[in-house]
Order: sequence, then structure tokens, then C-alpha cells
Amino acid sequence: MLFHFRIPLRWYFLIFNPAFINPAASDNLVPPDNLVEFSQVEFSYDGRPILQGVDMRFPRGKVVAIMGGSGTGKTTLLRLIGGQLKPGSGKVVVDGEPVHGISHARLYAMRRRMGMLFQFGALFTDLSVFENVAFPLREHTDLPESMVRDMVLMKLDAVGLRGAQALRPAELSGGMARRVALARAIALDPMLIMYDEPFTGLDPISVGVIGNLIRKLNDALGATSIVVTHDVQESLKITDYVYFLAGGKVVAEGTPQQVRDSDEPFVHQFVHGESDGPVRFHYGAPAYRDDLGLGG
Amino acid sequence: MIDTLASGIRLVGHRTVNAVWRLGAATRFMGLVLSRSAMSFRRFQLTLDEIHFAGVLSMIIIIVSGLFVGLVLGLQGYETLKRYGSAEAVGTLVALALVRELGPVVAALLFASRAGSAMTAEIGIMKSTEQLSAMEMMAVDPFARVLSPMFWGGFISMPLLAAIFSVMGIFGGYLITVVIIGVDSGAFWSQMQASVDFRSDILNGVIKSIVFGAAVTAIALFEGYDAPPTAEGVSRAVTRTVVTSALAVLALDFVLTAFMFTGV
Repeated sequence: MLFHFRIPLRWYFLIFNPAFINPAASDNLVPPDNLVEFSQVEFSYDGRPILQGVDMRFPRGKVVAIMGGSGTGKTTLLRLIGGQLKPGSGKVVVDGEPVHGISHARLYAMRRRMGMLFQFGALFTDLSVFENVAFPLREHTDLPESMVRDMVLMKLDAVGLRGAQALRPAELSGGMARRVALARAIALDPMLIMYDEPFTGLDPISVGVIGNLIRKLNDALGATSIVVTHDVQESLKITDYVYFLAGGKVVAEGTPQQVRDSDEPFVHQFVHGESDGPVRFHYGAPAYRDDLGLGG
Repeated sequence: MIDTLASGIRLVGHRTVNAVWRLGAATRFMGLVLSRSAMSFRRFQLTLDEIHFAGVLSMIIIIVSGLFVGLVLGLQGYETLKRYGSAEAVGTLVALALVRELGPVVAALLFASRAGSAMTAEIGIMKSTEQLSAMEMMAVDPFARVLSPMFWGGFISMPLLAAIFSVMGIFGGYLITVVIIGVDSGAFWSQMQASVDFRSDILNGVIKSIVFGAAVTAIALFEGYDAPPTAEGVSRAVTRTVVTSALAVLALDFVLTAFMFTGV
């Protein structure tokens, strides 16, 4: 006869708490103030510099936005944190440990403590909503199926989609797909959640829903969130700190209030959506008269 | 004139460098696929799913094609052998042609167009929709979770499909020559049994189908993984899979035949 154990969830977290497994380890668990740190990071793609001497700090428990025009290397920053790209020089440190130059096993152990929401969700199209959220749990834990089910339903309930568990990704709207992807990203209760353009292509209601979820989940999980976005108004509502990236460098930073009050030309242009300013409307070209053959 | 020559040389050089680079990338890719094989066997259900996808779902096309190839082979063989008064040897002809050559080669070509193209499209779309990246970020190695089981699924399926193709072909040959034309059934089977050698014919045919299976699956997976993440990129990758696999199968067939049957 098979015994069916239903382990209370709190026991699971107690058992798998490193301090419980090895009490001595708790002495070494003094966490650095910043969960993620970039020190003089440079990155080039095909010889084209994308990031040049970037320094950034992402404090624990905060929601930090990275803003900037398209192609300024915002998504590259997330991929550097996840170890999917390697910087040409400089250092990226997550939870006190460098991301690059470590073994494959260490990198994958680090990624288990991260969650990432991709721009369009990146849900597995051959799996249902339920299976998508269960995927990381089944891959990384030996939890009994009944507990996997409970945890998946909890995560789906947190994003308001418990009722959509049987649907396939093709049956979801853009906003719903992103909420499912968010449930999947937090399935393992990560310490760091990264969002790549979470508001792109969504209607205003969905933008508000996703924005609220980012803030609430971050606070509920005690995680740190990094949001790469173009959506100025929504991100200023939910973030604690903002970095502006242009030309591969951090050109401005501050709290949402400082950003709103900023006189810095780039920030002003970006926040107010002005078509011309430090970021020029016209792509570099020879003189218009010369191009039209009217030069004297 | 000199400019044309220089640009021609540049083009050849560029293409050569590209080809060498791709060969290196493909070798590295296959190294990663093979080095992550342990999971394919530890979680064999993943490989079984791929065997179902690449093998079981290809069976219809393999069975029908094998049957028709056997029918044609029987008909042509009977017409030719009849001229020399040895129509009873048609069983030998059908069996040797299928087991040695047509079974592995035609099954591999069909496998490339049905399963290979589907593998390329699946991997290409997973890449373009960031599903592989998402897997990496969830600390799940896509080489171990997806690519390696796919490789072993194709590798295991291909010899089985080639065997089914040959069996159906022989059945087709039997149907047309014995049942319809009226060649003696005893002569058909006994001549086949006496002429077909297990080691030099059947085993060599199996070796060919294993090599073709590995080549076609490797090409399909690499093309999918290397595809630019756009609709056009994936469609071109699927085309390249079918063309490259067909050429690779025919070239490998020549090399293997030279080694196996002529003692080169």
C-alpha cells in the first residue's frame, strides 16, 4: 500500500532552509545590502559597444526600474545578471557571488533563486497553464504531485488566473500570458525577479494589473525586482528607484520623485515623451540640401 | 576585371570561412548534446516522448512508401529477370535492394522530410519565442531537457523505421510477384533466405540506418538551434535541414557502401 504524505508547506520551507540544514551556515548568511551589483561592466556585440563602464546597485527588497531608449542595452543587463551573456570586462555580482567565471553547476544553482518574466511570456506552447507553472517545481523538486498542485494553484491564484489552469497559451490574451509567466517565474519563490518589458503591448487595465502584481509580489515574497521598461508612468508608480540608460551608460538615476522633478535633459525628454532632445529625432545623415542635390 | 576577380575571391573566402565556422559550431553543438545525454537515459520518458514524435508519428509515411517501393521493385525486377529465365530470383532482388540500400536510404530521406523538418521547426520556434532562454533562466539546461532527448529519440527511431520500411517493401514485392503475377511462393522465400546474409546484408543495412539517423537528427537539431529567430529564419532552416540531410544521406551511403560491400 502506498502512503500518501501531505507535508505542510511551512515544513517544506523549514526543512530546506540552509540555516536549518547547517546551523553554522547562518553565521555566513550576513547578506550584502545590494542583491545585485554591476561594477564597471562593458559589453560589446559584434564589435559594437552596448554597455560602457556601467555601475549599478540593486538593493534588497526594492523594485528598481531600468529605462532607456530601444537598443540601449537594457535587456542585455538582465541577460548579464542571468549569466546568459558574459561581459567584456567588469563584474556582475549577485548575492555576493560573481555571476561569471563560476562553474555551470554554480550558475544553475544561482539561477534557481532567480525568476525572469520575458517580454512576451515565453510560455511553453505545448503545455497547459497549469503545466507551465508546475514546470520549475517538477524540474527542481521531488515534491509529491498533490503538493505541486497546491503550489501551482497558489501561484495562479496570486496572479488571479486559478480559473485558467486548463487553458493552453494560445487561448490566453497578452496580459493573461504575462500573468501566467509571472506565476511561473515566482514558482520557486526567487530572491530576484527580473521583468523584461512587462507592459509592452498591453491595454491600460492589463498594464495596471501587471504593475500592481510586480509591487505586491515583490513585497509578499521579500524579493528584489528589476524592471526593464519604457512605460514611464506605470513604473514611476511602482518602483523605488530608477536608472536611465543611454549610449551604453547610466545617464541619470534617482527615486521616482527625483525623476519627476529632474531638469536633466535626457530624463526630461524621456519622461515627457518629447520627440527631439538629447535623443535626436533624425538619424545621422548628410545635410538635407546636399541629399536633395540643392547644395551650392 | 581585377575588381570582379577580387570580389569573387573575397566571396569564396567569405563562404569558406563561414562554412568552417558553421562546422565548428555544429561540432561544439553536438558535443554539448552528447555530453548532456545522461539525462536522456536517466529520465527515459523524455526520450520515449521523442521516439513517439519522431518514430511512431512517421510510421504511416514509412509503411505506405515501403509498400509502394516494394510493389515497384517487384514489378520491375520480375520484368527484367523474366528475360533471363530467372523470375524466381525476384525475392532475392527485392530483399537485397531493400535491406542493403533502399530501406536505409529512402527511410532516411522520408525521416528527414517528416521528422527532421518538424524538429528544426520546433527548436527554431522555441528559440525565437524565447522558450529555450526561459528554460535556461529556470536553471533547466535545454540541451539536457530538450535537445539531447530529441537526438536520442531520432537516433533510436531511424533504424526501426528503416527496418519497417524494408519489411513493408518485401511484403509489397511478395504481393505483386507472388499473389498477383503468380511467381512460386516457395521459390520467392527460399531464394531470398539463401541469398540474404545476416552479417553482410542485414547488419550492414542496420549500421547504415544508424549512421543516417544520427546524421539527419544532428543536422535537424543544429539547423533549428542556429536559425535566426524570425519566421523567415526558421523557414530557411527547415529547408536547409531537408536539403542538407538528403545530400548527407546520399554521400554517406556512398562512403559506407564503398567500405562495406566493395572492401575499399
